[in-house]
Amino acid sequence: MNGYAFTLQGAALVALGTGALHWPDQRLLVVSDLHLGKADRIARRGGTLLPPYETQDTLLRLEADIERTHATTIVALGDSFDDMAAADDLPETGRLWLTRLMAGRRWIWIAGNHDPAPQGLGGSHLASFLLPPLTFRHNALATATAEISGHYHPKARLGGGVRPCFLMDQTRVILPAYGTYTGGLHCTAPELQTLMGDDALAVLTGARPLVMPMPSLQVPAVASTSSR
Amino acid sequence: MAALPPPFDQWFADRGWQIHPHQHDMLAASSQPALLLIAPTGGGKTLAGFLPTLLELADGSHKGLHTLYISPLKALAADIRRNLGRPIADMALPIRVEDRTGDTSYTQRRRQRADPPHILLTTPESLALLLSYPDAPRMFSGLSRVIVDEIHALAESKRGDQLMLCLARLSTFAPTLRRVGLSATVDDPHAIARYLARHPDPCRILMADPGPDPDIAMLECDEAPPWAGGGGRYAIPAILNEVKRHRITLIFHNTRAQAELFFRDLWLANDEALPIGIHHGSLAREQRERVEAAMVAGSLRAVVCTGSLDLGIDWGCVDLVIQVGAPKNVKRLVQRIGRANHRYNAPSKALLVPANRFEVVECQAALQAVLDHDLDGEPRGPGPRDVLCQHILIAACAGPFGADDLYAEVTSAGPYHTLTRPDFDACLNFIATGGYALRAYDRWQRLILKDRLWQLRDPRATQPIRMNIGTITASETLKVQIKGRMGGAGLGEIEEDFAATLTSGDTFLIGGEVVRFESLREMVVEVTRAPGRKPKIAVFSGTKFATSTRLTERILTLFRQPDWPELPRPVSDWLALQRAVSRLPEQDRLLVESFPHDGLHHTCFYGFAGRNAQQTLGLLLTKRMEDHHLHPLGFVATDYATLIWGLDPVTDPAPLLSPNHLRDGLETWLGGNAVMKRTFRSAALIAGLIERNLPGKRKSGRQATFSSDILYDTLRKYDPDHLMLQVTREEALRGLVDFGRIEAMLERIGGRIDHLVLDHVTPLAAPMLLEMGKVPVQGAGRERLMAEAADRLMDAARLNRPLPKGVRSGTNEA
Repeated sequence: MNGYAFTLQGAALVALGTGALHWPDQRLLVVSDLHLGKADRIARRGGTLLPPYETQDTLLRLEADIERTHATTIVALGDSFDDMAAADDLPETGRLWLTRLMAGRRWIWIAGNHDPAPQGLGGSHLASFLLPPLTFRHNALATATAEISGHYHPKARLGGGVRPCFLMDQTRVILPAYGTYTGGLHCTAPELQTLMGDDALAVLTGARPLVMPMPSLQVPAVASTSSR
Repeated sequence: MAALPPPFDQWFADRGWQIHPHQHDMLAASSQPALLLIAPTGGGKTLAGFLPTLLELADGSHKGLHTLYISPLKALAADIRRNLGRPIADMALPIRVEDRTGDTSYTQRRRQRADPPHILLTTPESLALLLSYPDAPRMFSGLSRVIVDEIHALAESKRGDQLMLCLARLSTFAPTLRRVGLSATVDDPHAIARYLARHPDPCRILMADPGPDPDIAMLECDEAPPWAGGGGRYAIPAILNEVKRHRITLIFHNTRAQAELFFRDLWLANDEALPIGIHHGSLAREQRERVEAAMVAGSLRAVVCTGSLDLGIDWGCVDLVIQVGAPKNVKRLVQRIGRANHRYNAPSKALLVPANRFEVVECQAALQAVLDHDLDGEPRGPGPRDVLCQHILIAACAGPFGADDLYAEVTSAGPYHTLTRPDFDACLNFIATGGYALRAYDRWQRLILKDRLWQLRDPRATQPIRMNIGTITASETLKVQIKGRMGGAGLGEIEEDFAATLTSGDTFLIGGEVVRFESLREMVVEVTRAPGRKPKIAVFSGTKFATSTRLTERILTLFRQPDWPELPRPVSDWLALQRAVSRLPEQDRLLVESFPHDGLHHTCFYGFAGRNAQQTLGLLLTKRMEDHHLHPLGFVATDYATLIWGLDPVTDPAPLLSPNHLRDGLETWLGGNAVMKRTFRSAALIAGLIERNLPGKRKSGRQATFSSDILYDTLRKYDPDHLMLQVTREEALRGLVDFGRIEAMLERIGGRIDHLVLDHVTPLAAPMLLEMGKVPVQGAGRERLMAEAADRLMDAARLNRPLPKGVRSGTNEA
């Protein structure tokens, strides 16, 4: 299947074009920032009524990745649900679908800032998960080594197009957001530049993943500067 | 002619003025429920509109709001306030006039709602906002007249559709409300009259004396126009010469980018340092106001401008209009020409400057059309449903409403009088529940039905709805400012997409200055001045108008002549040569030429369907060619033709042009195109499916906000019949996609295709090879291009440094 194979601190990993990370030796699949129930949350708060298909679409893609990789352990790196109520109010079809995907697999929900601990869905709920040599958590720690995280929704610009991307250097991998209704943060944003080493790579998602050096601050990207 | 009452009669006499016949007619017909005045610019149109109001208010007995004046431009409202102030002060009339636009202060706006003036001057968007407040019925119940200025311009856009829905609402509050429309010369006054009047009220049309025919000609230059391209820079010496010979010249361009480039080169050639300014919609308001003030003060000799000066302030002393580039549209040309010599009964003077050789033909056709009073106009379809959706939201903000009442009110608006109840209900359903096939939203309705009345489920929702009122959905822009001048005046705005391509040190043109990009801070583009540097051009999306159907018909008619003595020699020779080696395009046939060039097979389709439609045709035909394994590599489109090149020859164009296949292509393949996504975004913004990125929100939004493209793709996948996709497909028939004109072209040619296979490039096709804006064929090619770009970057990086230690030799598993 389409992926970019690399090694992080001795662990052989594959960054899939879909935005999931595969660790074949452990039969483990990592996805980040599913943001299930986003349309629900916005509607509940009196906002606009977005097409209510994002949970279906996200799970459809997740199911395909699980089937293709034959993964037996799934790590959801946090922000799996757009908020706590979205986890509680997951429509019946979505809930059944998730249950079916979880059946017979080890499923680890890492807590995110949107969904500290989604209950009632089974699986393990952890703040972070250690499977040597790697540590899985939602939000990267500057001091960590061999760390897999999400949270930032990194994206990068190449040849006139913008795509979600993985960021990787010798100490960490940051995953793109997997959820259908997710935006992104340009990888030139200061917080990402600070986290990643000088030799970091960006792997753009798509039918065929594209690898390039992580764009640096010298190429200013519009959405990235607002935090200063 | 009946005399005016004393103070007015005296006031006219004091000025040595006489009331114009059409001003008198307007007065005599002022009790009509609807009136449309067609008058040339400078015909005292505004006074004609206001005279009945001034007379009715003169005795001081009317309390509250009497007349609402609506103009498409904020600046116009302020200008009218000053102009009305004069007679009111001179005659000491007991009349209070105020304007209300997006620039009016919060306290002023609050006060206006509590204690409205007699005459309120405003814009369609500000009126829509006023109608979203629960106190609207009280404010407008005494309203007597509404005057819509420049209605010909409003009627061409969704702003007009929204305004007509608002007028329907006003008529509910004030059933005896009289409507007045003021319009420039148009092709079909009856269509505008039906648009304006409350259906089925009659609307009387008054025509002012159009004045003498304009004095219009093509500018004579020493140098022949170039073969291709735009901008007309070859004509700068001749244009400067004309500027010197006139008091004030307006130099119109079709796009902002061309205006910028022309302005810069004009200044380089301006040896006498004549005071010349630039004015277009992307410049900062302060910049534009400075130019406008200088015009009024008479301290400028010329202004390089775009459509931003098509409407608005009466400059009075302009004595020459120069149109650079083919006018594309006769009606707009006539209106532009009218900017010169606003004195009634003086002919307007105008010069046309074709930017390339084909445009000489188009200018000649346009010139003749102006003299024949043959104006073009594309009929407007029924009122678009995205605007109706917004109107329903606005109604809900104002308070609970009944569906039957609102339907009755909406169908009294001209553009919506054919709206069916099921279509209305679909819009209401969309606003209330999202209108999705999957009914997931029973729990989270936006509107709920209580006691047979619809109302907002969450009253707090009014604020974001009010902030999103309006139908103008330009792409996001960023302010441009000189670095280190905090809070200082900006230079203007550039598009976010363009800003994102800038790297420190890049230069671009704005307001005629070359500036150097330094940094981006808090959504402001910081620049330093970089005079003398070569600019990378700023990209403005300022609409590229397509040549009108009527004008292309005239061009094709011109082609039928045996010779062309009225055209300059190089141009008539060129057409004669085309006729000798191939043939000239004809009205009821499609000319297709195939020839080899540069090692590739080229095929040119002379559809004469206008730039946008020819562009869409290029997208659809190259897709069809890919399916036929003809390996197309790219194409370029102009108003007249689409030129496609590829690895294999086209032997029979007929199957490529099958209407059914092209229509399927629009549905399936073109459905995923960026142009369709932009069309969707605009409809989704207007209908309230997505909200504008307001400055404050944009800052915090980042990861949380996602592109409307994702919504579009999701709907196409899971809910292809959703209202927003129906609206998107409807919009695709015109505008950027303009599929309607492809269909009209196919109908016109009725399968009569002349395919000529030639040995070399033909005279008519040759300029196409020089055109800008070549489109590479998408698909597998794009992936390959991106992959190559990534590889190059990796190669470059590997030369400089080894791979990171932890990351060992990556490979692409395929």
